[in-house]
This record gives sequence, C-alpha cells and structure tokens, in this order.
Amino acid sequence: MADLWLQFILTIDATLRVATPLILCAMAGIFSERAGIIDISLEGKMLMAAFAAASVAAVTGSPWAGLGVAILTSLALSLLHGFACITHKGNQVISGLAINILASGLTVTLGIAIFARGGQTPLLGKGERFGSLQLPFADWIGAHIPFIGPIYKEIISGHNILVWLAFAAVAITYYVVFKTSFGLRLRAVGEKPEAIDSAGISVSSMRFQAVLLAGLLTGIAGAYLSTAHGAGFIREMTAGKGYIALAAMIFGKWRPGPALLACLMFGFLDALAARLQGVSLPYIGEVSTDLILALPYIMTVVLLAGFIGTATPPKAIGVPYVKER
Amino acid sequence: MSDLTHSENGGHPPFSIRLENICKRFGPVQANRHVDLSVEKGTIHGIIGENGAGKSTLVSILYGFYQADSGTMMINGALATIRTSSDAIAAGIGMVHQHFMLVPNFTALENVILGYEAEVTLGPSLEVGRQKLEQLAADYGLDVPLDVPVGELAVGLQQRIEILKALYRGADILILDEPTGVLTPQETDQLFAILRTLRAQGVTILLITHKLREIMAITDNVSVMRQGEMVAHRKTAETNPAALAELMVGRSVLLQLDKAPAKAGETRLTVEGLSYHDATGAPRLRDVSFDVRAGEILGVAGVSGNGQSELLNILAGITAPQAGTVRVKDRLVSAEAPSNPAEMRDIGLAHVPEDRHAVGMVLPFQAAESAILGYEDDSALGTSFWLSPRRIAAQCRKLMAHFDVRPANPHLKSSLFSGGNQQKIVLAREISKSPDILLVGQPTRGVDIGAIEFIHKQLVELRDEGCAILLVSVELDEILSLSDRIMVMNNGEIVGTVDAEDADETQLGLMMAGIDERHAS
Repeated sequence: MADLWLQFILTIDATLRVATPLILCAMAGIFSERAGIIDISLEGKMLMAAFAAASVAAVTGSPWAGLGVAILTSLALSLLHGFACITHKGNQVISGLAINILASGLTVTLGIAIFARGGQTPLLGKGERFGSLQLPFADWIGAHIPFIGPIYKEIISGHNILVWLAFAAVAITYYVVFKTSFGLRLRAVGEKPEAIDSAGISVSSMRFQAVLLAGLLTGIAGAYLSTAHGAGFIREMTAGKGYIALAAMIFGKWRPGPALLACLMFGFLDALAARLQGVSLPYIGEVSTDLILALPYIMTVVLLAGFIGTATPPKAIGVPYVKER
Repeated sequence: MSDLTHSENGGHPPFSIRLENICKRFGPVQANRHVDLSVEKGTIHGIIGENGAGKSTLVSILYGFYQADSGTMMINGALATIRTSSDAIAAGIGMVHQHFMLVPNFTALENVILGYEAEVTLGPSLEVGRQKLEQLAADYGLDVPLDVPVGELAVGLQQRIEILKALYRGADILILDEPTGVLTPQETDQLFAILRTLRAQGVTILLITHKLREIMAITDNVSVMRQGEMVAHRKTAETNPAALAELMVGRSVLLQLDKAPAKAGETRLTVEGLSYHDATGAPRLRDVSFDVRAGEILGVAGVSGNGQSELLNILAGITAPQAGTVRVKDRLVSAEAPSNPAEMRDIGLAHVPEDRHAVGMVLPFQAAESAILGYEDDSALGTSFWLSPRRIAAQCRKLMAHFDVRPANPHLKSSLFSGGNQQKIVLAREISKSPDILLVGQPTRGVDIGAIEFIHKQLVELRDEGCAILLVSVELDEILSLSDRIMVMNNGEIVGTVDAEDADETQLGLMMAGIDERHAS
C-alpha cells in the first residue's frame, strides 16, 4: 500500500516536471491570443530558446546566462512574428508556421556548425544546469512522517526554480489579465480593437506588448527544456509541446486557471506513460509502449475534436486591424 | 474674456468648432474640398448629405482618424492639431460612431473606463469610474445598467453607453454619426430627449444624418454637403425639408410618392407556420404566416435583425424552411421539398437581396457580367455553351439606358459604381424578366435621394403591372410610402399587419418594439 502511494506520488512529481514547459507556453498563448494574435510559433520559439540556453550554458558554464539569451532569442522571434502580422497585417498562422520551420532547421544547422555533434549541444554538467532546490528538512520529513511526508519531499520539495516560476506565472498571468488596467486593454484589443483605437490607444502597440510577453514566457520554457529538465539540447526536443500547450490553452478557454489544469492533465498522461513502460498491469498485461507514448497526442486530438464544448475564442483573433474608411 | 471672443468673431456667439478650407483626397476621389464649418457653442448642429457626400470623412478628420490634406481647425477658440483620436479626446471631442465601439463581453463600466483607467490596478479604477459615472448619469439623466455585458443590452442602451463614454472622457463636443439607423422610433425620441438635455447643459452636438426629418426635429442649425463640398448653411427654423433635399441633390426632388390604390388580384405567395432556428439554436422565425397577392406591395417593417433576413432567404430558396410551408404559385416548398434560387427564378420569383455587395453582385466583375448573374442560360446571351460578350454588353447597355445608370458603361467594374447605380443594376436585372413575384430587401440602403425616387417609382410601376411585391426595409418612411399593407416583425414573430392607409408611425413603432396596442386594448 505504502509502495503504491509512493508510486503515485512519484508520478505526480514527474507530472509537474513534464507540465512546466506546457504551463509556461499556455500562459504565453493566453497573452498573445487574448490580444488577438494567434501564436502557433510557441513551438518554434521554445525550440530556438532551448538551443540558445543550452549553447550559452555550455560555453559560459552559467545556466542564468543561458536563460537570459534564451529569453532574448524568443523575444526576437516574437518581434518577427509581430512585424509580419501586426505591422504588415500578414496571416498569423503562416507567420507562426514559418517561424516553426525556421527554428526546426536553424537549430540543427547551427548545432552542427558550432558543436559538430549531429545537432546536439554538449552534455551540461551539474553547475551548468538549474539544479533542484531541497526545502528544509525534506529528507527527515519524508522518512519520518507517513503519507504526508513523501508529498512534501517529492512533490513540493526538490524542484528547480523554473518549475516554481511556471506556477508563479499562472498567478501572475491571471492577475495581469483580469485585475489590471493593462489587462482590460489587452482583452479589449482581442475582442474589439476598434474600441481601443477610438479610445486613442495604439492597437499595434498593445498587440506588440502582448506578443513580447508571450516571447518572454516561451523563452523560459525553452531554457527549462534544455538546461533544467534535460542536460543539453537535442534536435526537435520540443516534440510538439508548443502545440499541446496551445491545445491546453483552448481547452482552458483562454483562462489561466483552467489552462493550468489542462496542462497538468497532459503532463500527467505523459508521466504515466513513462512510468507504465514495461510494466505489466493486472488483466491487461504489458501495455504497448508506443500506444502509451501516443496517449497525450491522441487526447489532444480527441479533446479538440469536440469534447471541450463550445470554446469561444476572442472575437478579433487572427484578424489584422485595419482602420475602417 | 468672453467679450474678447465675441469681438473676434464679429459679435457672434463663441464657436465650439471652426473648420476652414478643409481638403481631403483618397487617391482619385476628392472626399472633402474646401469645407468650411462653424458650430456655435451649446447648439445642435446638423450635417446632412447623401451617402458619399463626404460627411463621414469630415467627422473622421475631426476625430483624428484621418488627417486633412490642408485647412485649419479651431476647437473651442484654440487652433487644434488633431493627429489621433487621443488628440481629439484631449481637445474635448467625443464621438458616437454609427457602429458602436463597445467590447460586447465587457460591462458598461469596463467599456467606459477602457483607456482612461484611473489606476494601474483594475479594482480601484472601476471604483473611481463607478462614482464618476453615477454622477454623470444623475447630471444628464442617462441611466444604464453598469454591470451587465453590453452585448446583452438593447441597442438604444448601448448607444447611451457610447454617449456616457464620451462624457466620461470629458467631451463638451459630441459628434453623432447616423445615430438613429439602428433605433426604433421610440428609441429615437428618447435619444433626442437626451440630446436636448445635453444641449441645455452646454454640450455642443454635431449630428450627422441623411434623414431630413431628424434635421427638422432636433437641430438649431444645419449644413448641407454635396459631392465633398459644403453647399449651404441654414438656420433650421428658416428652412424646410424640400429646400434641403434640393440642396442635397442639386435639383428638385419629389419627397412624396404619388400612387394609385392597389388593385390586388390572386394570391401568389402563401407562407404558413414558417419557423427557423439558426446554427446556434436561437429561434429566428416563429410560426410566420401571411400571403402576398398580385398587384400589391406588402411591406415588412421592423428593426434590422428581427427575422427579416431569414424570411427573405427562405422565400428566395437560399435556405430551406425547417417547419411550415411556402407556396409560390403552384409550387409547395417545405423542409421535405426544399427549393433553390434557380428553380424559384424559373417559377417567376425574382429577388433583390438586402446585401447587394455580398449577394447581389460580384464587385470585381464588369457591370455587364453582374447584370446577367443568375440568368446566364438566357438564349439571348449566347448559344448553348458559349456566352457572347457582345450580346451581354448590348443587353446591359439597354438596361442601363432604361434605368438611367451612370456612367452607362457596361465594361466598368461593378465596384466603381455608386451605391444607387449598383442598386439600379441589380434591380434592372431582376425586373427585366417581368417576374410574377418580387422580393426586395432594403432597396434604398446606401442609395442617394435622386436614385431612391427612381427606384420607388419603378417598384410602384411593377406593382401596377400586376407583380406581387414583398418589400423588406428598416426605413419606416419607405415602408409607409410604398406599401399597401404593412406587416411588422419583432423577434422572429409577426406582431401584426395593418393597412397602409390606417397606419401611423407611433403605432408601427410600438409594434416594432413588440407591442401591439390593438390587442392590448
């Protein structure tokens, strides 16, 4: 019984680690899409940021420098996205797609050119990554207090700072979007940009601020993948996480709280898949690894195909703002 | 100080707005040429003109949406440079747009403070806003529910929120662009009462409209625009509708239509128990029944969006009925036996759609091509597989001559014609085959007065030839002057049908709001 409990707690622990980049990206999506800009380039931005973080950490030895450059890289891509679809009123999906393709090719090319390891960056050592932070007395409490102890030791303690940051991002996103005047304008510009324009506020400037906030958060997500969760960059290491985050955001109806829950659900499926590999279940037998690995993606398709009810997106989403004559 | 202003103006009362020599050009179109305008403080000043006369451009320049190519602006006695809407707001100008600038899922309070929040955090900003709004509401008698999403409110209330928004931002000059287009007559009266209160409190109001009646009802002074120019300034008390109409059009126009009583014949169109739900499941038509006879015009009155469009689409065969039946001559159309526009056309039912840009014509097509849409199979236009461009152009030239379309060039792109001339092309196409039944939606929306007169005459002529006409219009004046019987729709239901002779505007207005006094009493 205690063993099963521990297994469960370890799965939850893994859930948090896997869900972190999803949460950061989903919050990024909320900022961007609430302002009316579709952002499928979460994937590409995260990939580029992951590459930048791992490269800089490998060269300088500092994960913080890696994080900084990852954020700058992601911001640059956000500006590119904004330039294409805010300044020049281009198609937002095409622009995002272009960034994803660019990131996919550029990371491998640069990786081979710089490190000559087939697109990977060098393995990062202990000081070059974000290490886990042990909370006080974690070992003692984990060992001496039944049930509650392991929760404290495994789930609450022992995460790196970026995991904490992801959860803080949810609260901050909620506060900014729903409890500040900036958030009121942000939501207005995604629903009815004319209202913002006639109030004498620049629609473009509001939307640029929103995509830059999205860039900031995806930058952190990328750095997490390569310098906290992993120990270096691997080609295509985002593996569709940007899209899953987007799905979670839609599933959560563009609200931070529900989007967080959706991210945790996807994270849980992922963690479960990892834990069930090679395990023989009663009655079912050994579960197919391929099926389990595909589970989060299958869930995404199923949920988006109709199980989420009517998700009403911001009204002006995807529509470039053109002043009416 | 006030003496000084007086002497500067040569003894006139102070002006809130003085525009001098404003010019604005969009590509080849001179939208405003050398426009002068002086609006006295604390008055209601009307600007009247046909569609495309340059009214909207002028107020857009005032509100900072566009910049004038040349000319000067004085606001409240000071030279003003207005480059953006925030400049206009800072100068004390507020604008109520024709299409409201409200975020539908925000409350009135949120909409009003948007962009003018007092604090960084939202809670205190809303609190400050609420206090200020309650004060404004008390001062001007403008009560609105503050905490309901505005999308759920009636149009008249939404408009009040727009006015409050302008006042909240400190406007003492209020511009209203075609404010009554979406209102029932009663809501219009309420709006005018509000405007009078505002005037009494010293607010200057600039009212943009194409309706002569509104100018006469509410304004102190009126300026008339035609083809980008300011052609006259008058005191409202010293002019009359006929004189203004002549100034707008540049020639004398008949405002009242002369028509003989209808000689109604056999029933051509019968609708029974028609119901329709849209994709979201909202009922759009509820148990609608009526008939139209040969030689009469049945007018359908109602505020737009009360089921008229759905009704027209079903009658024209574009959408299938979900419940109930439509009998067009001998053809019974129902959910089990749906029809299509081509079949309806063959039976003798023609349709002039409400939205001529989206449905009535193809804007990038030449006029000649737009003029045969739906009738490509006509043997006069070509032989079996091939269409003859020469014959198509010749036919179009004939229609253009008959309907006085200008310019009479069949090869010009449809989009380059004015609204009135586009409508004439569509009408000519549908009428030229002498239909037995004609459905007409908003025949004069966006059409200038001169063309309105012509189109109305054509419809009456067609009626006198024995055509059964169903006329849908949101312009009550149009319904009253053309119809033989008037059917009023509200919320997908027929509130009642009255003979045009017995109809009066107040009664129809109440019916448009869903109240049938005849039943209540």
